[in-house]
Amino acid sequence: MTAPSLTPVAPAGPVGRLRWTLADGLTLVGREFCRIRRHPGQLVAALVFPAIMVVLFGYVFGSAISVPGGGNYREYLMPGLFSMVTFTSLMAVTLKVAADASRGVMDRFRSMPTARSAVPFGQAGADMVGGLLALTIMVGAGLVVGWRPHRGLVPTAEAFALICLMRYALAWLGSWLGLMVRDEQVADQLGPLVLPFTMLSNSFVPTAGMPAWLRFLSDWNPCSALTAASRELFGNPGQAPGDGAWPVEHPVLAVLMWSAVILAVFVPLSVRTYRRRGR
Amino acid sequence: MDDPMVVAEGLHKRFGATRALRGLDLAVPEGQVCGVLGPNGAGKTTAIRILATLADPDAGRARIAGLDVVRDAERVRARIGLAGQHAAVDEQLTGRDNLRMFGRLYHLSRSAARRRAEELLERFGLAEAAGRQVRHYSGGMRRRLDLVTSLILRPQVLFLDEPTTGLDPRSRGEIWDSVRELVADGTTVLLTTQYLDEADRLADRIAVVDRGRVIAEGTPDALKSEIGDRLDVVLADPAQAAPAAQAMSRLAGAYPELEGGRLSVALTRGPVRLLDVLRELDGAGVAAEDVGLRRPTLDEVFLRLTGRPAEDAPAPETTAAPEAVR
Repeated sequence: MTAPSLTPVAPAGPVGRLRWTLADGLTLVGREFCRIRRHPGQLVAALVFPAIMVVLFGYVFGSAISVPGGGNYREYLMPGLFSMVTFTSLMAVTLKVAADASRGVMDRFRSMPTARSAVPFGQAGADMVGGLLALTIMVGAGLVVGWRPHRGLVPTAEAFALICLMRYALAWLGSWLGLMVRDEQVADQLGPLVLPFTMLSNSFVPTAGMPAWLRFLSDWNPCSALTAASRELFGNPGQAPGDGAWPVEHPVLAVLMWSAVILAVFVPLSVRTYRRRGR
Repeated sequence: MDDPMVVAEGLHKRFGATRALRGLDLAVPEGQVCGVLGPNGAGKTTAIRILATLADPDAGRARIAGLDVVRDAERVRARIGLAGQHAAVDEQLTGRDNLRMFGRLYHLSRSAARRRAEELLERFGLAEAAGRQVRHYSGGMRRRLDLVTSLILRPQVLFLDEPTTGLDPRSRGEIWDSVRELVADGTTVLLTTQYLDEADRLADRIAVVDRGRVIAEGTPDALKSEIGDRLDVVLADPAQAAPAAQAMSRLAGAYPELEGGRLSVALTRGPVRLLDVLRELDGAGVAAEDVGLRRPTLDEVFLRLTGRPAEDAPAPETTAAPEAVR
């Protein structure tokens, strides 16, 4: 061969391997920044949706819903919207991963000397880029309509940390789903199913008025735990009623547990599904 | 080492009820282009996926540059490039973004990835479109970018899975030019195609694959003389079919088939000149509306080699194993 080979020498030790994995993961996170830069319109569209929800729920429904224990409905609503956006984001990851799989991009990654676990890690990490932006916009919209965190810096930071943790865990679930469906169209059709799931919770209305079976589902919905945890840490109205199921009574612990369970199941599952050969 | 660059020995692979490969053997010496020719569902893509470490064989072995594709998969991956039937690039990114990103994923340094991207964009005529998002590219440009992406590491072996399927003739010609340029660099290429003329133009050797096995192998010339180019004669008067068929069989060494007003025969004795055909027909007093010499189609190759037409994989089996489709 006339041209010099560019073949990089694979690192031998575990430290070198870890460095490659991290570098590859970061490259894939960088891909998300690059996408946003090339196509900001898509981001705007994704951010307008939560802003519309703030107005729609805050003013249209808010006028008819009374908050248990009193208080401003929009203060009650914002934690619910934070958690709704967190949960619906999982389908965006599914869609991106399915698109990569159906267009052969995933196969290209697999045929390259790229670190095996870097791809799913990078994809979950990339979702946090959009996640943090969306959260920032939501916070801005919330502040505009009168929502405030009341309990000081540390609990507020804890609330945002919980939201981010849950989003990261859900990104792994989304990435596994994307690897499983491997079809952009199917992923696209699955998308709207998440929204009702987020509504079946304490995010928009108190669960006390629901039929018992529905209330049971709603109280155990991880979306309810996240909403309740945010309300508690932000000091927003609609605190746990005292007679709810365990997750809504201990929401912070519940969110940590839900996230841990999701990560424990779907990190290995996604990595394995990505690495699986023999198709 | 004396081992050919690409070696497949008795590869078997099944997807549910579909037996995609049934003992496929292949050997491509360094620097050669091997064309794997076959209809849809013959096992071409499965073979490439195994060689490119995307799938494991159920039985059999394969080596790239002496490295086993299963045990040494990672080292194999640093030596191969794969361009498939998709444009496997990020459509949201620009051509330049894509090459840089994939360069980084090949573990080039940031500056080396940038340099390599510019070099490739320039060399393969994508410099002008480099700053545009790939979703605005034409089909041909996407495929070219896909091809270029697989060249980032200057692979020793390049796998091209139907690189021109679905492209217009001009884009197809451009891809062919690019492949020829690579071969001049000494890259070993394994190319699958459904088109005999594509294999003919690019390949040093052609392997014809049917139902998961290589059923014929040789240089394009050897294969063609075995199969023979075709001579077609369209008759002005169908009543003259008998004398025309006589005249044609004298040239071709075989009796032509009549279909509508058209006689068609394989030139099993080797090529003939058009002038001789006209002379022979004229001598027999046959008025021909049209006379043509052409390459056999894939169908005709298959008919000659297998005694049955080329067929796609049976539909129910394909749907039973969606993996086999991709």
